[in-house]
Amino acid sequence: MPEWIMHFPESIYLNIKDAVDRFVLYITVHWDGFFDAITTGLRSFLLYINKFVSHIPWWLLIAIVFVLTLKICKKVTKAVLYSLMLFVIGAMGLWSYMNMTIAIVLTSVVLSLLIGFPIGVLISASKHADSVVKPILDMMQTMPAFVYLIPAVMLLGLGNVPAVIATTIYALPPIIRLTNHGIKQVDAEVVEAAEAFGSTKWQMLIKVQIPQALPTIMAGLNQTIMMALSMVVTCSMIGASGLGSEVIIAINRLEIGRGFSAGISVVILAVILDRITQGIYKQKDGETDGKRRSHFKSRKSGQALRFK
Amino acid sequence: MENGEVILKVENLVKLYGLNKQSARELLKKGADKKEVLRQTGVTVAVNNVSFDVKKGEIFVLIGLSGSGKSTVIRCVNMLQQPTSGKITFENQNIGSLSKSELIDFRRTKASMVFQNFGLMSHRNVLSNVAYGLEVRGVKKEEREKKAMEIIAMVGLDGWENKSILSLSGGMRQRVGIARALTNDPGMLLMDEPFSALDPLVRRDMQFELLSIQRKMNKTILFITHDIDEAFKLGDRIAIMRDGMIIQNGTAEEMASNPADDYVRDFIDSADKSHVLCAKNIMITPTSLIHTRDGAGNALNAMKKTGFSSTYVIDEKMRFVGVLTLEDAMKARAENLPIDSFIIKDADRVAPDAVVADIMPLAAHTRFPIAVVDEEGRLKGIVSKAAVLSSLS
Repeated sequence: MPEWIMHFPESIYLNIKDAVDRFVLYITVHWDGFFDAITTGLRSFLLYINKFVSHIPWWLLIAIVFVLTLKICKKVTKAVLYSLMLFVIGAMGLWSYMNMTIAIVLTSVVLSLLIGFPIGVLISASKHADSVVKPILDMMQTMPAFVYLIPAVMLLGLGNVPAVIATTIYALPPIIRLTNHGIKQVDAEVVEAAEAFGSTKWQMLIKVQIPQALPTIMAGLNQTIMMALSMVVTCSMIGASGLGSEVIIAINRLEIGRGFSAGISVVILAVILDRITQGIYKQKDGETDGKRRSHFKSRKSGQALRFK
Repeated sequence: MENGEVILKVENLVKLYGLNKQSARELLKKGADKKEVLRQTGVTVAVNNVSFDVKKGEIFVLIGLSGSGKSTVIRCVNMLQQPTSGKITFENQNIGSLSKSELIDFRRTKASMVFQNFGLMSHRNVLSNVAYGLEVRGVKKEEREKKAMEIIAMVGLDGWENKSILSLSGGMRQRVGIARALTNDPGMLLMDEPFSALDPLVRRDMQFELLSIQRKMNKTILFITHDIDEAFKLGDRIAIMRDGMIIQNGTAEEMASNPADDYVRDFIDSADKSHVLCAKNIMITPTSLIHTRDGAGNALNAMKKTGFSSTYVIDEKMRFVGVLTLEDAMKARAENLPIDSFIIKDADRVAPDAVVADIMPLAAHTRFPIAVVDEEGRLKGIVSKAAVLSSLS
């Protein structure tokens, strides 16, 4: 029996590695200015946001979370719980790390929105664009999160800026998909009515489709934020500072307590961000659709039960 | 343009769905029917050679079962759907030859549409839904809201202008839909089964209201329905559609006296609802009610409050006793007698399930609205002469 039946023949060898290496080398050499510009731009944007976030006094942030939760979830217990949880992060000495994490998440989410929202609108309007973007989104969502780190590191090196890029790309699909979905599922008769009353395409989009799709778009934003948060933690492997870097350090040094407190801080941040943004889109949901509102109510009561 | 002149002319309108339109058209020319064309070419014939005129100031009703192509016809008029062939002329303007911006202008000023499921925008309140047509036209906020408020008042929604669409009932939502169409002050209203999603009682109110609005504003209306009663009640002229073709076009009387074929005859036969509608469908709650033990003064007060010259008398178990007139009540008070002896106890009464056809003879000679009384003799409601008559039209 020839050997190639059981073992892959070594004589067949496709050298992709070298080609990619050469390509990356070419890009890093010849497109240096371009990437430098991106890095500088993003770094100053990130610094600006970080400065803004860290200028919010700790008590004010806690107060903001309290008021927002009260306004959106309409439950004093939840508002107290979330503010207390935030207070615990500070008490564990991780307040400034949290600020950095929030800054990276915010930057990435803003970028994702700026890129993703127009793409979502575009693919809802054009079948052609849809058929191009959809498979790319599928690929992006099946790709393991780690893989996004590679091009970011190769092109931009280590640090917060490649982390922002990787996070932005990772968090992009939900906002694209749900913007597209939201616009497509607007009641056909409402769209027809807007057309029958002489709306231009632009008027239709601004005055009818986007407002009607807003609850779904907000759901997309919520998912994008959650994905960005999870990716920021992963990105500490390529040098992103913040809570994630604490976790990495703890892993390397086997400091279980340190890892636990940083990990729990990430969870707290996730819960608060999730609940507040979810509350916003569910509120919107309730305003725009009676059926969905009742669904929301039942879910809300379910949550209330769980919290008891 | 004067009333009675042709405002909309549809000539040889054809709408096909599918790829192989050319051979489908040839088959149609040879006289093949819808099924045959679909089998041979895979093309769906939605509208097949439809021609009709609508005159200014009239309500023209297109009636047919679902799938007969009536909704496609109305959508071709404002180009929500592109006709495959044929010519549509509105105020001597060929709709098919309009440019994109001319078409948008046509939709903004000439033809406004009312939809079966209302097509209202739930993120806007009543006022800004009604003002939408003017908004996209670029009319200033104050001006368009002033105009919208006028129309809102006209359709009886004043006080609701800041309410969310979701807080309205079906009938009210369609009032918003109609108001939105009227606010544009269009040359023509296109109404695509506007009342089909409403329950029968609301539907009747809305039909009545549409007629009064139409008379007040002198609007031309192209009205789509699958309900022959609605067609007969509203339509100055009616066209019956089947399988994408118009099989008869004329007034209600012409159709009733001379139906083109059995299909039309069946359709018209189904119209007489006097054997279907019952007293309980058309009754209303009596506005003034008194008890047998009440004095004449109470009775007079009750009548004064409602402005009617008679009141219904019930006993302590809600059983219907009779009718007391204003004169008798005044007599009773003058002579200081109990009202009992003055009650007209043989007033007409019917069961809730009595069909309208049976109530009609009673309604013809009754002095008071007929009492609707259940097996135990309890008063359920009253049926006025007007209600009996309007249920038939």
